[in-house]
Amino acid sequence: MADSSKKKGLLGGLLALPNDDPKKTLFIAVMLCLVCSILVSTAAVSLKPIQTSNKKTDIKRNILAVTGQSNKAGSVDELFEQFDVRLVDLSQGSYANTDIDPVSYDQRKASADPQMSVNIKDKQDIAGIGSRAKMAPVYLLTEGDTIKQVVLPVHGYGLWSTLYGFLSLEGDFNTIKGLRFYEHAETPGLGGEVDNPKWRAQWEGKKVFDENGDVEIRVIRGHVGKDSPEAEYKVDGLSGATLTSNGVTNLLQYWLGEQGFGPYLKNMRSELGK
Amino acid sequence: MASEAKSNVIDPLVDNNPITLQVLGICSALAVTTNMMSSLIMCIALTTVCAFSGMFISAIRKHIPSNIRIIVQMTIIASLVIIVDQVLKAYAYEASKQLSVFVGLIITNCIVLGRAEAYAMKNPPMLSFLDGIGNGLGYSLILMGVAFFRELLGAGKLFGHQVIPVANEGGWYVPNGLMLLPPSAFFVIGLMIWAIRTWKKEQVEKPDYQIHQVHRTEVL
Repeated sequence: MADSSKKKGLLGGLLALPNDDPKKTLFIAVMLCLVCSILVSTAAVSLKPIQTSNKKTDIKRNILAVTGQSNKAGSVDELFEQFDVRLVDLSQGSYANTDIDPVSYDQRKASADPQMSVNIKDKQDIAGIGSRAKMAPVYLLTEGDTIKQVVLPVHGYGLWSTLYGFLSLEGDFNTIKGLRFYEHAETPGLGGEVDNPKWRAQWEGKKVFDENGDVEIRVIRGHVGKDSPEAEYKVDGLSGATLTSNGVTNLLQYWLGEQGFGPYLKNMRSELGK
Repeated sequence: MASEAKSNVIDPLVDNNPITLQVLGICSALAVTTNMMSSLIMCIALTTVCAFSGMFISAIRKHIPSNIRIIVQMTIIASLVIIVDQVLKAYAYEASKQLSVFVGLIITNCIVLGRAEAYAMKNPPMLSFLDGIGNGLGYSLILMGVAFFRELLGAGKLFGHQVIPVANEGGWYVPNGLMLLPPSAFFVIGLMIWAIRTWKKEQVEKPDYQIHQVHRTEVL
């Protein structure tokens, strides 16, 4: 009040105007917007650190879940320790030689940075992501010297939103252990059913590559019968969510194909063959 | 004054319930009632927004120009909803992921704007605050009721704890999958309205029109 008494001339004058006066209308609108925007931005900025750490823990929890480690005893951070995080140079298909710490590497930021990403040509951009980071992290679950599982981050456009998730492959770099999305904004109940545990459970045991090394895994329309041909490459479509299902197919085809982790997986498999 | 404050909180629970009598805010009642935990978070969020928006709008009600009053109300409500959403993301991350867009959709919940326009614009801040609490609780009461039946019959659980052993885990109860789908909320709310109107006859609406027997005397 002490502050306003000084400017009583202007402020008091404005408030004393009839409510429908254009000057007062404008004044109230501007003041309201100022106060509200200060409140909203204060809340957003001050809560940001907690939200980011929540997100990080959630990502770790998802990596644990997609590899089937989440029901083991121990905190998320402890369990996550068993993973070996490496950065892969996608076009080379080998582990990258950089000083960047793979754990703190932010693939999403890198995709937006022209220095650290490549633009994808329209024709090749089946996942609808525009640009791709040159490097991507992989999370290796090892036992002694053998790799038990490898978790690949994948993302691509569905119907309304970009779906971000993890795909876990078994040590043969071909059999799927699990697929899980941790962030998307698809329609709840339709496309949002990508989170349905029953649907997710179908992915386990499916194969990615056929004998020629082509990516065959896809979400089909309708149900995959036990004896339908090539059932091991197919997953049931989500009913009422054709575009989300197609999005999932496309993002897998992209990230497992030549443009994505294809070269890396090829190298890893040929190493296995030796 | 004291009696009005009391009736502001008590009345919306049954006698003037926003869902069962005024049939407002049904959208979120369908979407978030598959389990009791997310309904509870939603109820707390809505009650908070409803109470504080009433209080703030009422505090400046004498200075709100009538030609932009709805925009002023919406701005206040929207700001509160964003703040609630941010707080949930920070302190109840799992729940906020489950509720996803529905917290943001509180902005469009008719109960909040309805109370702002109908009550807060004409009454002092404290009473408006209590009115918001009352209506929020009325909404919560119905939502928790719906969630109770949906989670119990649909999954055999309450607040995520198994209370009825379900068949695919070796129990005797075969869960009714329909209860987990949105239409079941309509059935449950419909049954609740029926029950309440049987108990409180005065809530039964007069028919909008009556079909009269017409005696035709002329041939068209």
